[in-house]
Amino acid sequence: MIRIEKLKKSFGKKLALDSLSLSVGKGELFAFLGPNGAGKTTAIRIMTGLSRKDSGTCEIAGADLDREPLKAKRLCGLVTQNVNLDGELSVAENLDIHGRLFAMPGKLRRQRASEYLGYVGMEDRAKDLVKTLSGGLKRRLMIARALLHGPGLLFLDEPTVGLDPGIRRKVWSLIKRINQDGVTIFLTTHYIEEAEFLAGRVAFIHEGRLIQEGTPAGMIAKVGEWAVDTFEGGAMRSDFFASREEAGSFLAGLPAGGAVRRANLEDAFLDLTGKRVL
Amino acid sequence: MSAFLAIYLREMLILRRRILRQAASWAVSPLLYVLTFGCALGATFQVGGRSYLEFLIPGLVAMASMTQAFAIATEINVARFYFHAFEEFQAAPVGRLSYVLGETLAGISKAIVAIAIVLAIAWLFGVRLHYGPFFWLAVLLDSFAFASLAVAMAMLVRSHADQTLLTSFIITPMGFLGGTFFPLDGLPAWARGVLNLLPLSHASAAIRADAFGEPPRALHFLVLAGFSAVFFILACSTVGKARD
Repeated sequence: MIRIEKLKKSFGKKLALDSLSLSVGKGELFAFLGPNGAGKTTAIRIMTGLSRKDSGTCEIAGADLDREPLKAKRLCGLVTQNVNLDGELSVAENLDIHGRLFAMPGKLRRQRASEYLGYVGMEDRAKDLVKTLSGGLKRRLMIARALLHGPGLLFLDEPTVGLDPGIRRKVWSLIKRINQDGVTIFLTTHYIEEAEFLAGRVAFIHEGRLIQEGTPAGMIAKVGEWAVDTFEGGAMRSDFFASREEAGSFLAGLPAGGAVRRANLEDAFLDLTGKRVL
Repeated sequence: MSAFLAIYLREMLILRRRILRQAASWAVSPLLYVLTFGCALGATFQVGGRSYLEFLIPGLVAMASMTQAFAIATEINVARFYFHAFEEFQAAPVGRLSYVLGETLAGISKAIVAIAIVLAIAWLFGVRLHYGPFFWLAVLLDSFAFASLAVAMAMLVRSHADQTLLTSFIITPMGFLGGTFFPLDGLPAWARGVLNLLPLSHASAAIRADAFGEPPRALHFLVLAGFSAVFFILACSTVGKARD
């Protein structure tokens, strides 16, 4: 569904993407995980035509973004990190304009708008002005809008950033459901638990480079599934073990004590880069 | 081409929500010009055998056409830098021509509403002029040229502050020097030559000629059509530059 090769992008002297290559298959829920400034949003902006690349190739569902940009865009839906709805228009008007931009016939526009507002639990908000909606509702509306034209591929750039934990869980359920309905999802996030909960496959991006990819479980297993956190000399240290028993034995030998927990993607990222995601 | 209608419709829906506030704001400047220059100052002299108020109104029409058509740049910048709604167009399968056409047409539509307000003010002050086909053709070309220029500039600027600078350095001086408030005939030849390079000078002259029932001069329409074509092509070529 997505194939990018040797993608490069600089902003002045800062290299934002450094020969980034990856591919995402049809039906996958793929997460791009990395700290702020790692290059996640730059990659998504290039793949959706919002930014220009310096070099490299990008193919969306068989359509080359350089040669057939409009065809590629027709196949994608995008939920940007910033809320980019028209605040002065109503919910229904925002959806209607989107449908027209994608050349959808009037009857289909109205039918899908009603269907997707129901899908995101906003069927009673169609006439409300967008500027009166809460942050969570705006995010859900952006997802409904991105799905309106029936894309096979949905880009979600930090879809839950700024949302409170309860709303975040609702958005996660929605994303899972969209993927189960057959839509390929490319997600960027810097929330560890988001990537672990949602993604079938994860890629770490650090300083514009893809440093590892695989299933969340596989990436955690490389480090060790269990961690022991200790606090020594003013700094926290984590040691990793394949089993809980090994971790427990290690902890028993520590005079200062510590805590055993399950390892997560943050540990895998830290192990590779020496830096935390957040 | 339905994308061009979507772009246009969006601007019109926003305008519909603001129309009362917007119409009131569009009435302020012409009303002040009519009162101060037209009625107070203009009562003491005539221009070409007509009252100064009659001379002024076609100039205000040309100026309103220019400023309100150019104001579409502000709307585009608000969509780009504040609401980020421009990203929705960038991510959609919308060609450059469709985008520029939609925004340009929106600029023209706003200009027409602003001109209607100027003409209503003129009527209230007892000014009765001729508004024939060449009057409206000149208005359309004037607003088309400046709406196209506005789209081009809105794509090139990097912030809303840059846009304000463009208005201060290009539109405001042109509004005063483009044959709106005084006849260019009385100026020295070199100054007349320079001011005749401005599209607004030709728009004022063409609009005023028809409003006074005089025959149209092809030169004014050709110059306006030329500027329109150049600015429209410029706008189409700059849409891609709005990407970072």
